[in-house]
Amino acid sequence: MSIHPQLLHLIIALIAVMAWVGLNALVLVYFERKGAGFIQRRPGPFEVGPQGIIQPLVDGIKLMCKQLVMPTGADPVLFWTAPLLSMTPVLLLFLVLPYGPWLTGMQIDLGILLILAFAGINVLALLIAGWSSNNKYGLLGAARAVAQSVAYEIPLLLAVLAVAFTTGTLDFVKITEGQGPWPWQWNMVYQPLAFIIFIISAVGECNRAPFDLPEAESELTAGFHTEFSSMGFGLFFMAEYSYMVVVASVASTLFLGGYQGPFGSDGWWWYLPKVYAILMFMIWIRWTYPRVTFVQLLNINWKWLLPLGTVNLLATAFFMKLF
Amino acid sequence: MTRYPDPKQVGGDFYSRNFAKNARPDTLILNLGPQHPSTHGVLRVLLELDGEYILRAEPVFGYLHRMHEKMGETKAWGQFMPNMGRVDYGHPLSWNWAYCGAVEKLAGIEVPERAEVIRVITHEMNRLTSHLLWWGAYILDLGAFTPIMYAFDDREHLLDLLQRPTASRLTYSYFRFGGVSKDLDEKFVEGTKAFIARFRQRLPMYKDLVTDNIILRKRVEDIGIIDQDMVTRYGATGPVARGAGLAYDLRVSEPFGVYDRFDFKVPTQTTCCSMGRYLVRMEEMEQSCRIIEQALEQLPGAEGPHLVKGAPKPQAKMPAGEAYFAVEGGRGKVGVYVVSDGSKIPYRVKLRAPGFSNLSCFAEACQGMLLADAVAVLGSLDLIIPEIDR
Repeated sequence: MSIHPQLLHLIIALIAVMAWVGLNALVLVYFERKGAGFIQRRPGPFEVGPQGIIQPLVDGIKLMCKQLVMPTGADPVLFWTAPLLSMTPVLLLFLVLPYGPWLTGMQIDLGILLILAFAGINVLALLIAGWSSNNKYGLLGAARAVAQSVAYEIPLLLAVLAVAFTTGTLDFVKITEGQGPWPWQWNMVYQPLAFIIFIISAVGECNRAPFDLPEAESELTAGFHTEFSSMGFGLFFMAEYSYMVVVASVASTLFLGGYQGPFGSDGWWWYLPKVYAILMFMIWIRWTYPRVTFVQLLNINWKWLLPLGTVNLLATAFFMKLF
Repeated sequence: MTRYPDPKQVGGDFYSRNFAKNARPDTLILNLGPQHPSTHGVLRVLLELDGEYILRAEPVFGYLHRMHEKMGETKAWGQFMPNMGRVDYGHPLSWNWAYCGAVEKLAGIEVPERAEVIRVITHEMNRLTSHLLWWGAYILDLGAFTPIMYAFDDREHLLDLLQRPTASRLTYSYFRFGGVSKDLDEKFVEGTKAFIARFRQRLPMYKDLVTDNIILRKRVEDIGIIDQDMVTRYGATGPVARGAGLAYDLRVSEPFGVYDRFDFKVPTQTTCCSMGRYLVRMEEMEQSCRIIEQALEQLPGAEGPHLVKGAPKPQAKMPAGEAYFAVEGGRGKVGVYVVSDGSKIPYRVKLRAPGFSNLSCFAEACQGMLLADAVAVLGSLDLIIPEIDR
């Protein structure tokens, strides 16, 4: 029996992605807590392991040891599907990201489209999580999640489209190679407005503060995942951090030159710092700003990001036609 | 159209069933609390929501009722003193003062000048801790996690200082009938001066980083209008009244202790919104610093012991009669009314908590606003639940 080499490649890539996603979540949790500690003038985790680096791992083990509780009146099928549905598409998203010249799980022509399509499934997961848990906070959180994700996907798409127009492709590797290694050769310089819109929408899409309304702690206790315990919550948590990594990766690929390095030093060692710079930026704003209200959130989207994104897209198309 | 779920089937307690009776069939009734991150303890608010807009609200409280007034009728006059530190953990010294003031008025006890100045200093420092606690928790309600750490950093310095004379950090029982239990020492005075110098530099930073933040301003401006009419109807006092433009501050309007000696402003705002109340409190912190500075200057010249000679023992009998004494606490007018029948146990102790009146405004102020805004309004009232329930 022989396995098709492409299938083998895909399986290896998937396993690698799973490991990578888990590792990333741990590293990000550590960064988040250390970053929060730095901003709040306290040490952050520092008891477990040197400088507390084992803390996220121990937290993960603690989460796994917790009891899985399902509230009375909850829909058992949907309730347990939701966390899985939230986590699974993320693994697929990591497949198409270009980590380096030879480090891409699956290079396809429609990489951006795949990411946008599968990222949308997360909304469904949040919706059924909130709806099935028979909790009013969960329901309100789910309603917020849907309205927010649907709204913020549009400017995200417009920003991505503007880049796709200039590069003429939806393939991540080609977009990366269309940019140069130096900062003034990046798409960020040619599409500054698209970059800003992308970052704002990405924060909104990831449900991160100041746009963390679906899980607004001070209003909805925990929003859509109020009733989830143990790894049910853990999967949502991991999915959230993984989505952060995905949007940061997409941002670095589309706007910051991806894995390209000067003097032919291409590789993941250029890609990772860019991704983590964006992630640190997201952590920074989370621990700095208060949360907006829902009306303000939608106003920012429909009254500012969407018109600006449309204008940017039309202007891009106009200049592409002109030159 | 029938309401789902049917309130008769769901059960719930008296309050939720009663609240559901008058609800529109197409609305959602949300039970916010008693265990909720933004109700600051165990306040429970029943909300009727249309989408996320609030149609009706009803605060339910009593979950932290500890029978302080009844305890007053079973303990000797001096034994009731520790209870006064536990009514309001935010600003316990105002309760200390109100009770001591009432008993002193009843028994005709003279307070030495030095004790009066010490009372002003510690009372104002406690007001700073109260406002810092409110400030951090309020911004936390609005979704920003960091300011509370800065507020508690400052508060920690204050608590360390207050710990020296009072020997406790939260539930003070420092005042005595006819003075205070311990004199201020040199280290306290120096530390307080250093703290004020430091705090003067921190306040502009808070203004730059938090008060002037665009998201915060958009969140709290024009939210939760409580105007003078509402203030007078519900009897709201303190920053809630001053945020409505009513310059009602007992330290000025009915001066108690030696407050008439000090030069300070009563900050008011005319916007009547949450931002108004926020700015009033921020301004009050500056004014408290001014009062403490002036009081520290007067302290060496203030004569007399810290506790009057022949101060009543805890088990002492008080003359028959009644007395009322009110002080300006961090949340408003803190009043204590005592009735004595001449025995060593009070006949009646009535506590007037400002939070109770301030919370009463909430149901009317939050109508028609978003759930998130209701949390912002609830926070802007600076509620301390143990004080409301007593």
